[in-house]
Amino acid sequence: MAAILEKDEWKAFSDAMALVAAGLLSLVGLILALAGKDAVMAFHGCILLGAAGLAFLYILTQMIEGAEPRVEQGYADGVIRAGVIATVFWGLAGFLVGDVIAWQLAFPALNLDLPWTTFGRLRPLHTSAVIFAFGGNALIATSFYVVQRTSFARLAGRWSPWFVFWGYQLFIVLAATGYLLGVTQSKEYAEPEWYVDLWLTAVWVVYFLVFVGTLAKRREPHIYVANWFYLAFIVTVAMLHIVNNLAVPLSLLGSKSYIIYSGVQDAMTQWWYGHNAVGFFLTAGFLGMMYYFVPKRAERPIYSYRLSIVHFWSLIFLYIWAGPHHLHYTALPDWAQTLGMTFSIMLWMPSWGGMINGLMTLSGAWDKLRTDPVIRLLVVAVAFYGMSTFEGPLMSIKSVNALSHYTDWTIGHVHSGALGWVAFITFGALYCLVPWLWHRKALYSQRLVEWHFWISTLGILLYITSMWVSGILQGLMWRAYDQLGFLEYSFVETVAAMHPFYVIRAIGGLLFVLGALIMTYNLWRTARGDEPVDAAEQPRIAAAPEFRPVPAE
Amino acid sequence: MDWSKHQVLEKSSILLLIGILITVAIGGLIEIAPLFWLSSTIEQVKGMRPYTPLELAGRDIYVREGCYVCHSQMVRSLRDEVERYGHYSLAAESMYDHPFQWGSKRTGPDLARVGGKYSDEWHAAHMIDPRAVVPESVMPGYPFLARRELDYGDITERLKVLRIEGVPYTDDMIANAKADLELQVDPNAAALEEFLARYPKAQVRQFDNDASYVSELDALIAYLQMLGTLVDFATFDAAGPNLR
Repeated sequence: MAAILEKDEWKAFSDAMALVAAGLLSLVGLILALAGKDAVMAFHGCILLGAAGLAFLYILTQMIEGAEPRVEQGYADGVIRAGVIATVFWGLAGFLVGDVIAWQLAFPALNLDLPWTTFGRLRPLHTSAVIFAFGGNALIATSFYVVQRTSFARLAGRWSPWFVFWGYQLFIVLAATGYLLGVTQSKEYAEPEWYVDLWLTAVWVVYFLVFVGTLAKRREPHIYVANWFYLAFIVTVAMLHIVNNLAVPLSLLGSKSYIIYSGVQDAMTQWWYGHNAVGFFLTAGFLGMMYYFVPKRAERPIYSYRLSIVHFWSLIFLYIWAGPHHLHYTALPDWAQTLGMTFSIMLWMPSWGGMINGLMTLSGAWDKLRTDPVIRLLVVAVAFYGMSTFEGPLMSIKSVNALSHYTDWTIGHVHSGALGWVAFITFGALYCLVPWLWHRKALYSQRLVEWHFWISTLGILLYITSMWVSGILQGLMWRAYDQLGFLEYSFVETVAAMHPFYVIRAIGGLLFVLGALIMTYNLWRTARGDEPVDAAEQPRIAAAPEFRPVPAE
Repeated sequence: MDWSKHQVLEKSSILLLIGILITVAIGGLIEIAPLFWLSSTIEQVKGMRPYTPLELAGRDIYVREGCYVCHSQMVRSLRDEVERYGHYSLAAESMYDHPFQWGSKRTGPDLARVGGKYSDEWHAAHMIDPRAVVPESVMPGYPFLARRELDYGDITERLKVLRIEGVPYTDDMIANAKADLELQVDPNAAALEEFLARYPKAQVRQFDNDASYVSELDALIAYLQMLGTLVDFATFDAAGPNLR
C-alpha cells in the first residue's frame, strides 16, 4: 500500500513539474512573441507559445482527470508509434525537397527567384529534414523500442519520453521555418541559430536521461550491443553539437549570432562536427538499428560477439579523427590534414568489420533474401554501408581528394550512404515495427514492399552513377590543360557539361520519392488494420508477437 | 585474449558511458586544441583588417542566402586552382571570419578572390538575373536584393559582438559604425580620410544602380568586391620563418 501511495505521489509531483515547465516555456514564448527584435524571433515566439500552451492545457486536463490514471504497465509504445509516424512524414518531406532542389540544378528557373525558394535556402532545409527530421525521429523511435525490449524495462520517465518526441518536432519546425526565412549560421548540418541550438540541447539532455534511465532499470545484466551504439550516438552528438555551436547572440531577443570560432579553427571544428554527424548520427545510431533489427528479422543471433566489441570501440575511436579530410589542400595545417587522412583510411577496417558482422548474421538464412523483401532491404542497406565506407576512405586520400573535392562525387558518395544505408535500414525497421506496434498479423502487402525495394534501388543507382560521372568529369575538366599550357575550360563550360547528369539524378530522386510513397500507403493500410493481401507469403516474424505461430519442431 | 573482461563495461551503464566519453574525446582534443596555440597555424601577413560595417552587412546577407552551399572561398594549393583563381588562400585571410565560409562544393566558381574581377554593374546585373550575363549559369536570381533597403539598425551591436570574439574592432570603429556604413556608398563624404585610415583599401562608391537608399545589393557587392584583395602578396614570404 505504501509503495502504491508513493507511486501516486511521485506521479502527482511529476505532473506538477511538467505543468510548471510548460507554463514557463509558454511565458518565454510570449516574451519572444511580443518583444522579439526581428520578425523571425517574434514568429518563433508565437510557435513556442502555441506549442507550450497546448502542452500546458493537456497536462492540466490529465491532472484534473487524474482519478483514472493512465495504465502505465508494460512497454511505453505510444511515443514510439508517434515516432514512426513522424519518421515517415519527415522522410517524405525531406526526400521531396531534395528532389525539388535536384530539378532546380537542372532547370534554374525553378528557383522562382523568390527569397524563400532559392537553392541556397532549400538545400539546408533538405539536409536537415533528411538527417535530423527523418533520421533523428527514426533513431529516437527505434532506440526507445530497442532499449525497452533488450532491457526488459519500461522507458524511464512519465512525461519525459513525450517531451523528447514533441520537443524534437518543435526543434525541426523552428529550424526549418528559420532556414526559409533566412535565419542560419551557415555551418553545414548545424545551420540552426543559437536559440534553436539551445532548445535542441535541452531536448537532447532529456533524451539522454530517458535512455540511460531505462538502461539503469534493466532486468537483464548485460547491456545489449545495439544499446552501446545508441548510447555512443547520443553522448557524442551532444558533445559535437555543443562545441560546434558556441556562439554569442547580438541580443537575447534576436535571432542573429556570431559563432565564437573564426577561419581555420572554425573550419576544423565544423568538420570535426560535420564528419561525425555522419559518423555518429548517420552511422553509429543506425548501426544500433542494424544490431537489433537484422538478427531479429533473420531470427539468427549476431554473427560474432568479439567482432561486435572490436567494431564498436575501434569505430567510435577512429571516426572522431576523420574530419580534416574535408579540408585537404586548404589553409588547414598539413599535420592536421595528414592525421585526418590516416585515420580515415584506418576507419575502413572497423566499418567493414561491422558490415561483415551484419551480413554474416544471415548465415544459414540466406534464402530469406529471396523470400522476405524486408530482410532484403536490411541486407542491401548493410551492403551499401560497406560500399560507401570503402568509397569514403578512398576519397580521403589526398591525391584522390584533389580531384573529388568540391565536385558532385562527394554528393553521390553521401547519397549512397544516406539513401542506400540510412534510408534502407530505416525502411526495413519501419516495415518490422508497424505490424509489431499496431498489433497486426502481417504487413498489408509484401508485394508492395517488393515494388518499393526495386523502384528505390533503381533510383539510388541512377543517382550515384550520374554523380560519379558528373563529379569525375567536372574534376577532370577543371584541371585540363590545352597544348599551349593554358587551362582548357572556363568554369561555366564545366557547369554546362553537368546538365544531363543533373536530369538523370533528379529522375533517380523522383523514383526514390515514389518508393517512399508506396511505403507510406502500405504502412498506413497496415496500421489501419486492413486485412493483409498476402499474409501467407510473409514470414512469421512479420506478425506482432501475439500472432506469431510457434514453429513446428 | 580474455574477452570476458569486456563484461565489466557491458554490465555497468556508467562505466560504459565513461568509456565512450574518453574514447570519443581524444581525436578532437588532439586535432582542434593545438590550432588555437600553435603560432604557425595562421601566417603573419600585411594588409588584413576587420570588415567595414558595409562589407560585414554584405557578408551577413551572403550567409543568410546560403551562398556557401554552392561557392567555396578557399583556393587550394593546386596548380590549376592557382591559375584559375589566383594565389592559394592563406589561413590569415579568413582569421576574422565568424563563421568561416570556405564551403565544400563548387556548383559555382570559388569566390575567395572574386574582388575586382568584375565590375559593379556586372555584379548587379548578375544578381538580378544571372542568365542575362552568363547564359549557362544555374544560379538562382536574387532580384529582391536590389529592392530591399539594408537593415543596419544593429550594426554597432554586430561589431561589438565580433570584438568580444576577438576581431580587433577599435572604439573608434564601433563609435562610427553606422556613419561608416552610410559613408561607404558616398564618395563625396567629408570624413572619407578618417574612414580609409580605419579601413585601409576599403572601396567607397555607389555599388548598385540606385543611389536613393542603401540596398542589400549595395552591401553584398561591397563584400564581393573586397574578397581576396586585402593581403599584400608582394611582401608575403611563403617560406617565412613564422610559417609551417
